[in-house]
Amino acid sequence: MNKNPVNVGPNPSPLIRPRTLKAALAVFFAVLGALLLAEGWAHRHVIFPWEEWYGFYAAFGFVAYVLLVFVAQYVLRPVVMRDEGYYDR
Amino acid sequence: MIADAVPPGLILILAVVPAVLLRGRLRQAWMLLVPALSLLNMLALPEGNHFLLPFFRQELVLARVDRLSVVFGIIFHIIAFIANLYALKVEDRFQNAAALVYAGAAVGAVFAGDLFTLFVFWEMMTLGATFLIMARRTEKSMAAGFRYFMVHVVSGLCLLGGILLQVQNTGTVAFGYIGLGTLSSWLIFIGFGVNSAWPLLHFWLPDAYPESTVTGAVFLSAFTTKTAVYVLARTFPGTEALIWIGAAMTVFPIFFAVIENNLRRVLSYSLINQVGFMMVGIGIGTELSLNGTVSHAFSHILYKALLFMSMGAVLHQTGKINATDVGGLYRSMPWTCTFCIVGAASISAFPLFSGFVSKSMVMEAAALGDLRLVWFLMLFASAGVLHHAGIKIPFCAFFSHDSGIRCREAPLPMLLAMGLAAALCIGIGVYPQPLYGLLPFPTDFQPYTAGHVISQAQLLLFAALAFALMLLSGTHPPEIRAINLDVDVLTRMGGRAFYRLADRSLNALNAWADEVVAHRLVRRLAEFFRMPSCNLQRVGFRALALFVGNHQWMRERISLEASRCEHGMHPIGVGVLRAVVLLTILTILVIFW
Repeated sequence: MNKNPVNVGPNPSPLIRPRTLKAALAVFFAVLGALLLAEGWAHRHVIFPWEEWYGFYAAFGFVAYVLLVFVAQYVLRPVVMRDEGYYDR
Repeated sequence: MIADAVPPGLILILAVVPAVLLRGRLRQAWMLLVPALSLLNMLALPEGNHFLLPFFRQELVLARVDRLSVVFGIIFHIIAFIANLYALKVEDRFQNAAALVYAGAAVGAVFAGDLFTLFVFWEMMTLGATFLIMARRTEKSMAAGFRYFMVHVVSGLCLLGGILLQVQNTGTVAFGYIGLGTLSSWLIFIGFGVNSAWPLLHFWLPDAYPESTVTGAVFLSAFTTKTAVYVLARTFPGTEALIWIGAAMTVFPIFFAVIENNLRRVLSYSLINQVGFMMVGIGIGTELSLNGTVSHAFSHILYKALLFMSMGAVLHQTGKINATDVGGLYRSMPWTCTFCIVGAASISAFPLFSGFVSKSMVMEAAALGDLRLVWFLMLFASAGVLHHAGIKIPFCAFFSHDSGIRCREAPLPMLLAMGLAAALCIGIGVYPQPLYGLLPFPTDFQPYTAGHVISQAQLLLFAALAFALMLLSGTHPPEIRAINLDVDVLTRMGGRAFYRLADRSLNALNAWADEVVAHRLVRRLAEFFRMPSCNLQRVGFRALALFVGNHQWMRERISLEASRCEHGMHPIGVGVLRAVVLLTILTILVIFW
């Protein structure tokens, strides 16, 4: 993800082994599934009607994150980004 | 009991003298002992007003002890202890003194029972904070410290003007509910607003905090904004403007945090976002929302300090803090990494961590008040917090790419301080009742309902899913070596433009005055007074020539007189002699006649 790779040590080994990463992702997806299932089971006290929509919080979290990142990257960044020495000139 | 106590804050401020004189282990012991002593002193004070001083027919109250001031007093002392522990190895008299004054002034401001005492401590905080920023002694930190000082001097003057008008209007210096309305209330409101880092008035914070010393940022993250939260909770609860100000504060900084490269600046934006939740709570003004604000300030101070400590440790050990320069440090600094993740989980409000039990109070208060838009904005901001503080900070520093940096783990005092803060974050998250017991209003709020836990976990983990998918698919925005403009571009560039304008206008005026007055005028005067009588005659003759015409005989006369002047040959002497002789004869005749 980094555009400017920096000096990597003498014997670069992957930070996290692919097997560990796969296992972690599997656990993560399992937790996500369990959370969606748990919503049907749990009794919830809601204030706003939309809180009762199935998966409202999950969908909101996902969409909000994507929206935030894309707006920051494609709207804000082109407007405000300057090189590091901008104020030193 | 009270006979043995001194005004809260005073111990911390007076502790500067031994802290400056002592060295080595003695100083270290003193720095740890002082917050504990000061806390015991504070807890010894019963509720009510103490240490009353007469002042111009008014009464100053150095210690107003009630539930609101005590809960802030407790957390300020806890964080002063943790920050002093973190800074235990800092052998810098300048920094140690500034830190103690800053912490003491914050405690003093929280216990001030009148507006004048508040103002004095308020300004003392500005001084302490400025020196903590400048103590890094780099060109950038000196400049940032100066800008911080200028902003806070202006806001301090605004506050002072408001206080003077308020005292004039109401006839009292009492520091209590004010509410918006009069000019004085607006001036005070804005004075407090600058320290709360309101939108457009916030620029000093992400400008100055990342430039402060490694340990200074820990103090800074706790005191200035939270003192402002305290004073606003006391003076402007239920002010609707604060709801919208707060909602804006929760949302706009997270966009900047996403694209910011300096990880301590990311935390600074995140700080504004968190104070936004507190502002909303004050604006709603119900018992639940004010409890939410206070409990969120309490947990926020701990997890924000923890995050600043972990990034400070990274900066201390590697000398680097940009996301593009660090990464993959989890093997070198496993403890720091663990504590950072605890702080990240707390600020993201994961169940079982401190942010969860406090932020949910503000969210629920907004929902109960049917503030739909504000509620949605805060929910959006909650997902945003996960991005910049929950994921970006630990991910960029400790995982992400391998920067190739292999460093030592942070020194023991730093680890102990981070460990203590992390333990408190988890402790409050798991067992929030002691914190709830300290809040201004009694509460039976239950954060751990199944529905609430599941909703929050869904919100955060599905946001994390978005992160994971974007990362795996390569669509996540990269970290870039760059800076981002903020409102301070106006003050910085405005400052430069003002400098240029002043340079061109005032310096041009100066040069013109120098030419005209110092050179031409003085030269003319000197020439004139070299032969004043001659010059005077010349002027007279010239004036005469205007009337009678510039004849040949006139020009001859002028040159003759000029020549006489130059050689001192003026016929004036003969006339004077005649007059003297005549007067002498007359005198003799009068006397002897």
